[in-house]
Amino acid sequence: MAIVIDKNSKILIQGFTGKMGTFHAEEMIKYGSNVVGGVTPGKGGQKHLDRPVFNTVKDAVQQTGATASILFVPPAFAADSAMEAADAGIKTCVAIVDGIPSHDMIRIKRYMRRYSKKEKMTLVGPNCAGIISPGKSMLGIMPGHIYKEGRVGIISRSGTLGYEAAQQLTNLNIGVSTSVGIGGDPINGSSFRDIIEKFETDDETDVILMIGEIGGPQEVAAGEFAKENMQKPVIGYIAGLTAPKGRVMGHAGAIVSAYGESAVEKVELLKECGVIISKNPSVMGDTVKSVLDSKK
Amino acid sequence: MDIHEYQAKEILSSFGVIIPRGGIVYSPENAENKAREIGGSKWVVKAQIHSGARGKAGGIIFCNTPLEVAQATDKLLGKKLVTNQTGPEGKIVNRIYIEEATDIEKELYLGLVFDRSSESIMVVASTEGGMSVEEISKEKPETIIRSKIEVAVGIQNFQARELAFGLGIDPELITRASNTIIGCAKAFSELDATMVEVNPLVISKQKQILALDCKMSFDNNAMFRRNKVSELRDKTQEDEKEIFASDRGLNYVSLDGNIGNIINGAGLAMASMDMIKLAGGQPANFLDVGGGATPEKIVKAFKLITMDEKVKVILVNIFAGINRCDWVAEGIVQALKKIEVKVPLVIRLAGTNAEKGNKILNESKINYIEANTLEDAANKAVAALNK
Repeated sequence: MAIVIDKNSKILIQGFTGKMGTFHAEEMIKYGSNVVGGVTPGKGGQKHLDRPVFNTVKDAVQQTGATASILFVPPAFAADSAMEAADAGIKTCVAIVDGIPSHDMIRIKRYMRRYSKKEKMTLVGPNCAGIISPGKSMLGIMPGHIYKEGRVGIISRSGTLGYEAAQQLTNLNIGVSTSVGIGGDPINGSSFRDIIEKFETDDETDVILMIGEIGGPQEVAAGEFAKENMQKPVIGYIAGLTAPKGRVMGHAGAIVSAYGESAVEKVELLKECGVIISKNPSVMGDTVKSVLDSKK
Repeated sequence: MDIHEYQAKEILSSFGVIIPRGGIVYSPENAENKAREIGGSKWVVKAQIHSGARGKAGGIIFCNTPLEVAQATDKLLGKKLVTNQTGPEGKIVNRIYIEEATDIEKELYLGLVFDRSSESIMVVASTEGGMSVEEISKEKPETIIRSKIEVAVGIQNFQARELAFGLGIDPELITRASNTIIGCAKAFSELDATMVEVNPLVISKQKQILALDCKMSFDNNAMFRRNKVSELRDKTQEDEKEIFASDRGLNYVSLDGNIGNIINGAGLAMASMDMIKLAGGQPANFLDVGGGATPEKIVKAFKLITMDEKVKVILVNIFAGINRCDWVAEGIVQALKKIEVKVPLVIRLAGTNAEKGNKILNESKINYIEANTLEDAANKAVAALNK
């Protein structure tokens, strides 16, 4: 099976009956994702998109056996919804929402320390495009049809830059095992390192493309992990060569505030870890192809 | 979001941090009276702009009489101060803070930031106050001490005490120093701050621990629950185009180059700027119209980019997902009916229905250069510049 989700993953939509929740639930259902229902407090017992609505995630999990959820709730309530999912036994939760305060993200992560590693929910996002395992399931907001089934694992902070990479691969007739958008916030549920670790043990993935950007220590931490623990090749690209120091570049986390956080410095540090660098964003696909060709 | 020194001082003061006596003024007369009201025989006149390093730029003036205070205020009000943090355009001084001068015995550094590796709040302190933290870490790294605050329970007394002793503070002043550190940590946690910096934190000859200069930044994402803090926003300290953008839900950063960008998604925007640079050009801005790239947002984006006189070429790069290129193309055509673009325009549409989108652009009467890939778009933008 693919990492994180597969064809049988039963999915709940949190914030099901809202505009965003409805739109993306429909897209996910069209793609073939196994959406079993949703949660909107106060609307329990109703039907929406021919699927049951529940008041609480706990009710929904008990009655549908759902193991995955996706959040379309406003930023002010997102932390609460993520913790509710963790407590109800959801295994994978994707937070699409942009605008969760950093203090709330830390609160969620501290809250989740109460669970053992085995019981702990994998939180992906916030401020991300979600997860897709092409041909199997989509737990996100990406345009599913641009992804081809295949054996490249993608991890990206940015949504649209992840799409760009997928399109470049598709144009070269290369497919993707799973693509995970980890989001552009300074504190996120899953880091680059968390996801490349999953790809290393995934028998459906041969190489990993990691699309990072300026700000924070995560890309380099993943590179160091790869150097010590991984057999599969990791290809990296870091966006933001022209970003001035100290300015937030759209993503709350895309800000250079310390040594090692600029694009040039990250690229140097990643090279030292043995990560193969895509020298610009228009050759992400070509770089993956040359690595795959050299493995043959 | 950044706030002024005096605002940060008022906030920290409400958390038990001791600050010198002072007040905000808007005119020289006001300043003279304020100096008399504060009392004493020496005052500091401090220009309030959103930047550090004001002293070197002439924004901080020491005075010996209330008349001098008035004169210094007159000199600074309305002036543009250029520091190493403001960029060449500088920042305008609209508010002056008058403060009693402090007899300094020792200057210390105290800063609190989010530490992204440990996902907690990090307190950083040093005996070398008055220098920037970058300078300290370069020149006197051995003086830096750190303490991690466990967010779930907040700062503990022993942590503050350890830091205070680590700074070599006299035992008789340890409680006061600890209270200052605890006050800053509480303000950080309770107000959704992202940075609190007291530099210098001073020990006065009268054995007081005083916050002499303070800076605070806050999490924009948390402003919905921090009404009092968000009221402290001073738009005169922000770039005009950046205000226009943020009021319209666009993510925009003004830069020095001459190729204007309209792009959907922050990562793709940074990547497109990288391509412009690699093609030999310089971006005039970062602009993310949002993953969705709705026609309304595109109209606003064109308005914004055409406000910038530096822009000699505009590059539009949209990767349409669920929103579809044909819809985006219609948005662009609509925008160009409303807004006159006098410079060359390069457009690259990719993703869902890209052919349909390009067809709509082709059949419209708009004058533009079509590009197919990220690289092609950047090369064509730079080439258009050199024509």
